[in-house]
Amino acid sequence: MQSPVYDAIVVGSGISGGWAAKELTEKGLHVLLLERGRNVEHIKDYVNATKAPWEYLHRGGRTKAMEKEYQVLKRDYPLNEKNLSFWVKDSESPYTEVKRFDWYRGYQVGGRSLMWGRQSYRWSDFDFNANVKDGIAIDWPIRYAELAPWYDHVERHAGIAGSRDGLPQLPDGQFQPAMPLNCAEEMIAGRLAKAYGGKRHIIPGRTANATKALEGRNACQYRNACWLGCPYGAYFSTQSSTLPAAAKTGRLTLKPWSIVTEVIYDRDHKRASGVRVLDALTEQTTDYSAKVVFLCASTLNTAWLLMRSATDVWPEGLGSSSGELGHNLMDHHFRCGADGVIEGMDDKYYYGRRPTGFYIPRYRNLFGDKRDYLRGFGYQGSAGRDGWSRAVKELGVGAAFKDDMATPGGWTVGATAFGEMLPNHANRASLDTVKKDKWGLPVLKIDCATGENERRMRKDMTADMAEMLEQTGVKQVKTYDNEYFPGMGIHEMGTARMGRDPKTSVVNSHNQVWDAPNVFVTDGACMASAACQNPSLTYMALTARAADFAVNELNRRNL
Amino acid sequence: MSIDQDLLTRREAIRRVSAALGGVAFVGGSGLLAACERARAISDTSPGAFTAGDVAFLDEIADTILPTTKTPGAKAAKTGAFMALMVTDSYSPAEQRVFRDGMKKVDAASKKANKVAFMSATPQQRLAVLTVLDREQKAAMDAREAADRKKKGLAPVRVDAVAAKAGAAKADAFLPDERKENAPGAADVSAAPAISADEPPHYFRMMKELALLGYFTSQIGCTQAMRYVESPGRFDPCTTYKPGEPAWAPHA
Repeated sequence: MQSPVYDAIVVGSGISGGWAAKELTEKGLHVLLLERGRNVEHIKDYVNATKAPWEYLHRGGRTKAMEKEYQVLKRDYPLNEKNLSFWVKDSESPYTEVKRFDWYRGYQVGGRSLMWGRQSYRWSDFDFNANVKDGIAIDWPIRYAELAPWYDHVERHAGIAGSRDGLPQLPDGQFQPAMPLNCAEEMIAGRLAKAYGGKRHIIPGRTANATKALEGRNACQYRNACWLGCPYGAYFSTQSSTLPAAAKTGRLTLKPWSIVTEVIYDRDHKRASGVRVLDALTEQTTDYSAKVVFLCASTLNTAWLLMRSATDVWPEGLGSSSGELGHNLMDHHFRCGADGVIEGMDDKYYYGRRPTGFYIPRYRNLFGDKRDYLRGFGYQGSAGRDGWSRAVKELGVGAAFKDDMATPGGWTVGATAFGEMLPNHANRASLDTVKKDKWGLPVLKIDCATGENERRMRKDMTADMAEMLEQTGVKQVKTYDNEYFPGMGIHEMGTARMGRDPKTSVVNSHNQVWDAPNVFVTDGACMASAACQNPSLTYMALTARAADFAVNELNRRNL
Repeated sequence: MSIDQDLLTRREAIRRVSAALGGVAFVGGSGLLAACERARAISDTSPGAFTAGDVAFLDEIADTILPTTKTPGAKAAKTGAFMALMVTDSYSPAEQRVFRDGMKKVDAASKKANKVAFMSATPQQRLAVLTVLDREQKAAMDAREAADRKKKGLAPVRVDAVAAKAGAAKADAFLPDERKENAPGAADVSAAPAISADEPPHYFRMMKELALLGYFTSQIGCTQAMRYVESPGRFDPCTTYKPGEPAWAPHA
């Protein structure tokens, strides 16, 4: 079946796809936005957004029946009663783990932009220079200066609350007012700066929650229920931010339930001519044509799609001529750090549920510091007064115990490190030709592990936090390491990396697939290294930049 | 496609969501009712499931841990039915066995101490029995946590007030995003039971945890024992706290 020609097709409607749709439609293109899952309408479909805690049968917890259908999701926090419908049913969409890899997916309009953690940090030239400086993998083909205006652009529209801290490793941006540190965090921040001679910093977590109203969006109401979908549209999601902007142009066509199974490659013109779509409900196949195709299906699914495309020319798929397609899969390793108790502040409390915490930007292997590993880590944490859950471990039953547990407990503080994972050719995804998903499509086989560099880094990630807490007067400090497996960070990156050389990279400095210049990869797949900052803001900036380039190239008749 | 471009007012947003839900006010009530009915229905066919008598027994355990004071207690919040539902739906068979045996052990402890079944004991007698069991479970769980930390190569905890699983997972509770809300053990923001340790916890730890979870996430627990504000509307990073003021309940 043939259908009308679009100027551009965008595959995937998450953070990257939403930005591609917005930028391309606003620049005059007619865009077909394809999403493999169901539609989720802004506000209307956030069915649990205003439920009270007691209105959930299991009070938000998980059941054995849920665990059966969500064999992967159950490994960590995402499996829960409250926003279960936003997560992929593992039983329908299996994959093969050569080594344990936790892949937490969201197949619906908006993708994981509905449930994301919203932490938004710029990368710096410490990150873009890292590969070439260390002789690891390949050099990034771009530098901060090229991305900075695009960070400006996406921050203004997305609405990032943050403070301007003047740190070269974490550049400032076009921020809305920060969500402030609470009084205990403020105290510790002051002591930390003093204890480390101004080399380590606690700053308010920079978050994609609007602190001032934006077009079509209210400011944050401090409910801290973001991942249910926000009835105020206060946090950035495709639905709250990029999709309405794209729809407003009148040039957007959104098609849910559309599984793109192949980029159709025209070997005579060395270009993609469009995509093949399997209707997830009717299982009918339709081909769509366009002048450019943006792949924003999320890192691993973008790799999957490329591997299934142009196999008549390259058996391993479109972009495989470099030998790097599917390789260099990365994530952020985390789940270790320290916490402790703050004394002497029991006359202080706070009001409102702030949907962010504090951030400690990277300080290791920077400014003359040298460790026995490469790169570094940042911390995300918070201080607060204990809630009733402290009662579980405290001795006590009866009236006085009950009344005491209904009041706030003491102050505690803790932070978890997010560490950079090095790109490694051996960490890869490939097609499993035996196992099939619900639609009879081959699934991904993922073979990924952390290495010696990450193991060494984790020692600092744990010990440094304990030291910093002790240095700032925190008591009863204890470390923890809850064990990490790749994927748990839900920051998948790599598999179609950017580079300067078609022999060693899948896409060029403008995110064009070397072997098909009208195919752009702008989601996490294009990343050449992982840095230690949360990556989504960088996907937004890269996508907006690539969209601008694509439109200019179309206008110059180069595509 | 139709995408709403209007700037939503807060009230309008809430109204629309409520309309989409068909009104939310009675969901919790019917949920608990379903829990009771389910507990009864299962007991007819499935051995080991909870009868109405079992639910009444659990209500009394919960109400002994969390009695009526200046605010209503656990029985008023229908905590027994919630405990039965969670054990049925969320516990593994091994955990369910420990829990069920534990109910018998509570009764046996009551008979031994007071020569009377738990249900027939006075509130003072019940409190005395559960106080002893509480010490027993805490000692057992603290010992297990110490062993667990040793196995993981972590330094011994300098405070003894940390539970095995809850202590280990609590650290994730400091993450600023939703990870904290669902960290096992971060029970004030998550209903995920913290009992996924390899070996089932002490039975009274299970009972206490479920009673606390059931009560403090109930409407009574949130709005009467604590203070609940659906939409705070602002964040004040530093307020004055006077002793005895209730905690702010977390959101759903």
